[in-house]
Formats: sequence, C-alpha cells, structure tokens
Amino acid sequence: MQQNPIGKLGSTGLYILGDLGRMGLFCMRALRGAFRRPFRFMELVRQIHFIGAGSTAVIFFTALSTGMVLGLQGYYSLKQFGAEGMLGSAVSLTIIMELGPVLTALMVAGRAGSAMCAELGIMRISEQIDALDCMAVDPFRYMISPKFLATLIVVPLLTSIFDLVGIAGGYIVGVNMKGVNPGIFIDGMHTSITNHDLRLGFIKSVVFALLVVWICTGRGYFVREIRGAGFGSESVSRVTTQAVVLSSISVLIFDYLLTAVLL
Amino acid sequence: MKNVAIEFRDVVKTFTAADGRKQTVLDAVSFTIPAGKTTVIAGGSGQGKSVALKLVLGLMRVDGGRILVDGKDVTDIGGAGLEALRARFGVLFQGGALFDSMTVFDNVALPLRERTKTPEGEIRRRVLETLGQLELSGHEEKYPAQLSGGMQKRVGLARALQLNPEIMLFDEPTTGLDPIMTRDIYDLFSRTQALVGYTSVIVSHDIPKVLNLADHVIILNHGSVDVFESPEEIQWSTKENIREFVKTTMGQIYQSHLTEK
Repeated sequence: MQQNPIGKLGSTGLYILGDLGRMGLFCMRALRGAFRRPFRFMELVRQIHFIGAGSTAVIFFTALSTGMVLGLQGYYSLKQFGAEGMLGSAVSLTIIMELGPVLTALMVAGRAGSAMCAELGIMRISEQIDALDCMAVDPFRYMISPKFLATLIVVPLLTSIFDLVGIAGGYIVGVNMKGVNPGIFIDGMHTSITNHDLRLGFIKSVVFALLVVWICTGRGYFVREIRGAGFGSESVSRVTTQAVVLSSISVLIFDYLLTAVLL
Repeated sequence: MKNVAIEFRDVVKTFTAADGRKQTVLDAVSFTIPAGKTTVIAGGSGQGKSVALKLVLGLMRVDGGRILVDGKDVTDIGGAGLEALRARFGVLFQGGALFDSMTVFDNVALPLRERTKTPEGEIRRRVLETLGQLELSGHEEKYPAQLSGGMQKRVGLARALQLNPEIMLFDEPTTGLDPIMTRDIYDLFSRTQALVGYTSVIVSHDIPKVLNLADHVIILNHGSVDVFESPEEIQWSTKENIREFVKTTMGQIYQSHLTEK
C-alpha cells in the first residue's frame, strides 16, 4: 500500500492537513493561555530576559555589520550616478522596512527558537508535559503562553535596536569613512521615511515573532507526532533543526507577502 | 456502584505502525478497579498496560468502548471537565517525569503553587513534611539528575501526593531499581496508602513481587483481559494462557499443585 504513489500522495496530504489543524489549535490555545489565571508574571520576565536580553549582543553585531556593508555597497552604487546624498535614505529605508524585521526574526529563530523547541521536545519525550497535564496544570498557561507573549513583546523591541544600530553603521561608513555630508545623510532619512514605513516594519516584526514562536514551540510540543522524526533524543534534534528551517522559510515567505500587500 | 473506582467497558485501542499496519492493543477489554484497594495490572511488554493508564487520564483517546470513573462516563470528556477529573488522580510515571530544571523542593511544591492558593510558608511546611516522610530530608535543594533512581521515584511520589489524590496510578514504579530498592518502594506504597487511603492502581511486570501488594489482579494478554479477585487465584487458574504466564513470570514452583494432579 505504501508503494502506491497515489496512496503515498494521499497519506502525505492527510498528514499535512492534520499537522496544520494541530498547529492551528496549538496557536489558539497558546494565545488563550495568556489570558488564563493565575498569570505567571515572573516566568514572562524570565522569558523576556532569555529571548530579549540574551539576543541583544547577536542583534547588535548583525545590525552593525549589515548597516556598514549596506553603507559601503550603497555608497559605491549611488556614486556612479552622483547620488551619494541619497545614502541616508537608502540605508534607513532598507533596514527599517526589510532587513531589520527579517534578520532580527532569523536571529531570534536561530538563538531562542531552537532553544524553546528543544526544551519542549525534551519535556515531551521525558513525560514532563504529560505530568503537567496529569496534575491538571495547563501546560499552555504554565510555559507556552509566556514564551508567546515574551517573543511578541521582545522581537519588535529587538527590531528597533537593529534599526538604530544598522542605520548608525551605515552612517559611520558613509559619513565618517566615505565623506558623505552628515546633514544630507540625516536629511535624506527625514524626508524619505514616513510613518507608513515604520508601521510596515513594526507589523512585519510582530508577524515574524508570532511565526517563529508558534513554529518553534509547536514543533517541540508535537515532537512525537511529526512524521519521520524518529524517537528519543534524535527526534528532538531533528525536530529542532526542522523548526528553525521552517520558521526561517516562513519568515521569508511572509516578508514577501506582507510587502506585496501593505506597501 | 460506589465501590468501583474505575470501569472499562469493551475498550478498544488500536495503533498504526509506521508501515501503515494496525495493531490492536486493547480488544474490547472490560474490567473494574475497586475503590480503596490495590489493583495490579500485569502483563508482558507491549500488552497495553501503560496505554490503559493513559486512557483513564485522557492522555490518549479510546477507539471504542467507554471508561467510567466513579460511575461517570469520562470517555469523551475534555476542557474543564478533564482538568477536574485529573485533579482527582495522582500519577507516578515510569521515568519519574520530574521537571529536570527545577529543584526537588520546587518539583514537589509545583502542584500546590499552581493548583491551590496555599501561602508560601504553608507550602514550605507541607513539602518538607512529605519529603521527611519519604526519607528525602536534606535533598530538597538538589536537582533530579543528582538523585538515584529510587530517590527520583520517591520525589515523584511526594509530588503526586501533594493534592491528596483519591486514586493513585503507578506506571512501572520499580523499573530500573535493584531488589532492595524495589522492596523499599513497595513498603512505601503500603505505608502511604494506609496513611492517605487512596485507591491504588499499579501497572507492573514485576511478577511475582508486586503481587504481595495486590488485593485484585488484572492480567492483560494479547488484547484480552483476565481478572482475579486475589493473587492466589492466578496460581489456581487452569486457563492455558494464564498457566503459561505464571510459568514464565513466576517459575515452575508456583504451578507445582497443578502438575502434581
């Protein structure tokens, strides 16, 4: 039966439908869990510290390097048309609308998303989640919802740090190293960036945050249900890799969709 | 019906293997578990013993039949009803299922902190008292990985007892323990049951030792079930599969009365 290609296609289709349904319910329960009492305020603070404060350094260096490279590349490209004065506008728009939200989400997926997925996966295979269920303690309210809330709070903040540091990186290269007039650099930013651009960057960062935390925690929670994941510690490692890849790809796909719809 | 704690009525549970083949673990299985007593569910590996426990707790769903707790149908229960049902149970998992990033104290305190509004001072007093009763004093600041297998089981028991469960479910409680530790754990079960008065359900393949605790024995074998009112009845059974079970798990000596005839 398994050799039949139509049968295989059918069973894969059913699996994907089942998986989407499972993940959809998971997301709803996680969001609902955020409003269930008693609130775990200290757990929320701990998660904000882990995802946010813990990711600041990696965001800082990624942003600085991205901004500086963008400044350098932009400078040489614009110089060909004698338009170096547009550098401030080019760097800031690219970072605020595209690179800031996308790279921040990818960094958070790699650093915190993988950790969340592995933690939940290990808790699942060692029956710790079953134990919570059996004690009538809702695992969503207890540990998944705080992760959702923390990521939704922290990623937009990290994105704004990325934007700031990235633009500063472009400024350092453009103004201090390549001699672009600082007034023109700043003025270019002022005139080209609108509230709409900032809003688009913010919406993207919130959507990406939800995608990353949803996919990473969901994969870990359902580690036993995932086809081809195997068993035991191997299943956790495979599912963690899958979660990071899947959330990164989703971020890139949604980046295009949101830009196309909202720009 | 008050003297029946849990009832299985024609319960069916089937699993689908990776290659698509279906395996029926419980095939229209019916039995009752009396309240206030100790029932042992025995059987070889893969005969559905742990599955039966997970079905009672709603961690898995039945494919057919009904499950009743105190005469109330809980087969399709969900949401708040399921939470209320689970709150009546205490569970000791096969691997202990302790939260490995928390200390022993925090593990045992978790149900009180999350399920009750007990003040922290009272929680501390109760947790230390339980740990003392289970000979775990002085270990409260350790992490589960720093404890032996037997100690982990005792911490699991301490945690399960915090909310005064009406029914305690033990899933292979002595797996991986040496014979002395196994005896100590069984002594502990007897003492805590006498103290708390819960209905005890022990899933185990540790035959014949676990039978010393049993008031009532259920043997699961290839999807079917045999119920015995006392452990002694097993030895007197003339059913072929039970005689085979006794022979392989208890040894020839337990069957000598049958061979002499």
